[in-house]
Amino acid sequence: MWSELKKAIATFKIPADWIGIRAVKENVTTRYVRDGLPQANGKTSTTGAMLEVMVNGCLGYAATNSLELPSLQIAAQTAYKQALAASEWWIYPFGESERPQVIGEYNSPLLEPLDALSPRDINDLLVRVCKTLKVNDKIVQTTASANTIERETWFVSSNGSEVYQNIISLGTHYGVIAQDAGIVQQRTNNGWQANCYQGGWELLQLENLWHRVQQIGEQAIELLTAQECPTTRTKLVLAPDQMMLQIHESVGHPLEIDRILGDERNYAGGSFVNKTDFGKLVYGSPLMNITFDPTVSGEFASYAFDDTGAVATKEYVIKEGVLQRGLGSLESQARADVPGVACARACSWNRPAIDRMANLNLEPGNASFTEIIADIEHGVYMESNRSWSIDDRRYKFQFGCEYAKLIENGKLTKTLRNPNYRATTPEFWHSLIQVGDASNWQMYGTPYCGKGEPNQAICVGHGSPVCVFADVEVFGGGG
Amino acid sequence: MKIDELSALEASFNQLIETLLLKKTASEQFTIKLSSERSQFTRFNHAKVRQTGCVADGWIELNLMEDQRSSFRQFPFTGNWNLDWQVAYKALQELRGELSLLPVDPYLVVPSGTLISREIHLGKLLAPEAVVPTVLELVTNLDFTGIYAGGSVIKAYADSSGQKHWFATDSFTLDYSLFTTSGQAVKGTFAGINWDEHAYIAQINQAKEQLALLSRTTQELPRGQYKTYFAPAAVANLLMMLSWAAVGEADIQQGNSALAALARQEKQLSSAFSLKENFQRGLVPRFNELGEMAAPELSVIEQGILVNTLVNSRTAKEYEKIANGANGAETLRAPEVSPGNLAPEQIMSELDTGLYVSNLHYLNWSDRPTGRITGMTRYACFWVENSEIVAPIENLRFDESLYRFWGENLIDLTTFQEFIPEVGTYEGRHLGGSLVPGMLVNDFTYTL
Repeated sequence: MWSELKKAIATFKIPADWIGIRAVKENVTTRYVRDGLPQANGKTSTTGAMLEVMVNGCLGYAATNSLELPSLQIAAQTAYKQALAASEWWIYPFGESERPQVIGEYNSPLLEPLDALSPRDINDLLVRVCKTLKVNDKIVQTTASANTIERETWFVSSNGSEVYQNIISLGTHYGVIAQDAGIVQQRTNNGWQANCYQGGWELLQLENLWHRVQQIGEQAIELLTAQECPTTRTKLVLAPDQMMLQIHESVGHPLEIDRILGDERNYAGGSFVNKTDFGKLVYGSPLMNITFDPTVSGEFASYAFDDTGAVATKEYVIKEGVLQRGLGSLESQARADVPGVACARACSWNRPAIDRMANLNLEPGNASFTEIIADIEHGVYMESNRSWSIDDRRYKFQFGCEYAKLIENGKLTKTLRNPNYRATTPEFWHSLIQVGDASNWQMYGTPYCGKGEPNQAICVGHGSPVCVFADVEVFGGGG
Repeated sequence: MKIDELSALEASFNQLIETLLLKKTASEQFTIKLSSERSQFTRFNHAKVRQTGCVADGWIELNLMEDQRSSFRQFPFTGNWNLDWQVAYKALQELRGELSLLPVDPYLVVPSGTLISREIHLGKLLAPEAVVPTVLELVTNLDFTGIYAGGSVIKAYADSSGQKHWFATDSFTLDYSLFTTSGQAVKGTFAGINWDEHAYIAQINQAKEQLALLSRTTQELPRGQYKTYFAPAAVANLLMMLSWAAVGEADIQQGNSALAALARQEKQLSSAFSLKENFQRGLVPRFNELGEMAAPELSVIEQGILVNTLVNSRTAKEYEKIANGANGAETLRAPEVSPGNLAPEQIMSELDTGLYVSNLHYLNWSDRPTGRITGMTRYACFWVENSEIVAPIENLRFDESLYRFWGENLIDLTTFQEFIPEVGTYEGRHLGGSLVPGMLVNDFTYTL
């Protein structure tokens, strides 16, 4: 691939200041079973290249699904014309510093390769998961799925970049719907498609799997007769599988520098954070330490270089509650004059890179789960995201979970159904009063972070311990 | 797309079908689906260009079926026969190797029809190099942000029983927002298959007038229940929630639908509310993943009663229902909400005091079984007193059940409808849109 791509750049007859090609080959397999019966089996393969051409500080792009030389040449011409046509109206003059020379390689951790299980093995496993989930006749739907991703990326440029990255990921999901007359409850393994990691079939951890599957079925039945989450203000304890969503929506997105610069205002929105807030804004309580960290082994959005060639390193985004830097690419850093991270990423070859959060983690504190609960006289503990919505400035949010427990006098007591909570982002993070330790730190991921014009759904990873928030508005369901 | 390029892709697609028909064994059946586009995407911020480029994309999905088993392969479609056939043949062989390893699917539907259709809509789009100056020259003094997406989209289908459909269309959408210095915004969408310079100028001039209203000091409202007028774009946002686990028969059967109470006839909506699928505008293909054609019109909710769910052939087989040409996900593809009796000039007087909501943002079920939706107001939304706009509002979060706002609290729908184009570009440029009126609702619940 290297020689073809480098040869292609050498043949382009365009007076450009810089040219880059990012070629992607990706295979995604889908296996999905409902109520023990196959619903989807198959593989999606995509191949293509994104060509970027810089002319007078202006970037134009063209993407093609053919890696043949003539197609690449046509794409280079198209990209050049796009840059030229926009040059009088370009938002900021970029240079080679936004496309640095970089050479390197990254490979996902992998113990059990993706071909270690056959389609039959996987379907048999998923059928067994469905059967185990159905603990009661009131379970009206069982689902189980396993998706694998193999993505190879080659990045070459006219200033000598050569990057190869090979990402191998596995996402598994299972869950149920339980129904008793008009009462309907869902329960899944940590929320919708949250178990996404880099690696192979070793991630199944079969010894723990069956206990968890049984538990999911039983908890759904338990929810049918549980009391509604009370409407009150109380201490809220969030499990790591809900913290994932909380961090994503109320820390990740508002800190994206392209949102702060206004690029996203027509679609995903802006941010309540301003350029002048970096280094100063007290975002949350002193217990809040959030890192951008694409170096965590096995986390879903790990990589060594972003899609423009920036070297990925772990960085504190929020340290002891104070905002340190934004989630912004080299382009955004130049435009905003704000420190950022290596986060220019694209969902595939057919989209340009934009600011994305990759792995964004809450660093552990010092309390065990038992200690956390023991310290609470009255509160609600919630697990697994079910509903999410936050405004375009990432300020007013409302999130719902699948499963909750009342906390009374230092103990988890009654199960609660339809647990929801709402707050504003600053108020919420300032109310963080306890952060769990490494023993309860867990990481999750999702392939469905949506953003950008044109739209892109991308993989992100989030790790967190259990956290406690004081005086939060919680409430239940009902029409 | 140029006609010769379009013809070449169609010829290549036809050759693929013919070759697959020759290669298939007597016991095998297949469907193939094509999605292809040549699109320009130009993204704007502060009336400048942020990103601009073109995407030439296309893929085929081959679904092979034998002995009640099926699997699919999706692979690139470039129009270069030698390249494409090599990949397609490899996919066919892989599928043959895989099928025997898969469990039997009792509800597998094999293709059976003989329908053939061919629709081509050629438009007059801006030349690629003309997009930036044409769009921006009119808004240079404004805080203009958004995206122009334009070009050709092809959706096609064929199968081993002889069905074949070809749908190709030129189209563009300019999806934009104009901001005031205080961060309030007017939203607009300019779309079609022919670029109309005069219409664009008129639309931007109208938006400028709306901007003046937004420059007033914003008003923060306490949470509570307010009489609210929802403009058509906001109604379209609420309507699209019905495609997310509501109107599909499978969702109803599997305990997953927000309309289950309506289906069980435990609840009903207002007699003023009627919803249908209406394909007669011709903006989206009528055929589905099995080559079946939906009826030109299908009533879904009639005067508040659920009269039809969306049923695809697989669901029909599983639950012994009658299929009505729904797609695999049983989502609305060409929805239309019927108009009501509220004339445009009556909107403000009937609202009297309350909220004028132009648009909504980030909707989600907060409690799906009870039809409860949460989301935010967004863009030009105003507080109205004595039928006059007083001020733009700070955005409010709502949490309300569709059984209330399309049920007992629905006062009326407007006499006019607006077409709200689909501007999504996940995977590729989406087609179509919703035809909806505005609506006036009592006691809509705002929570934050």
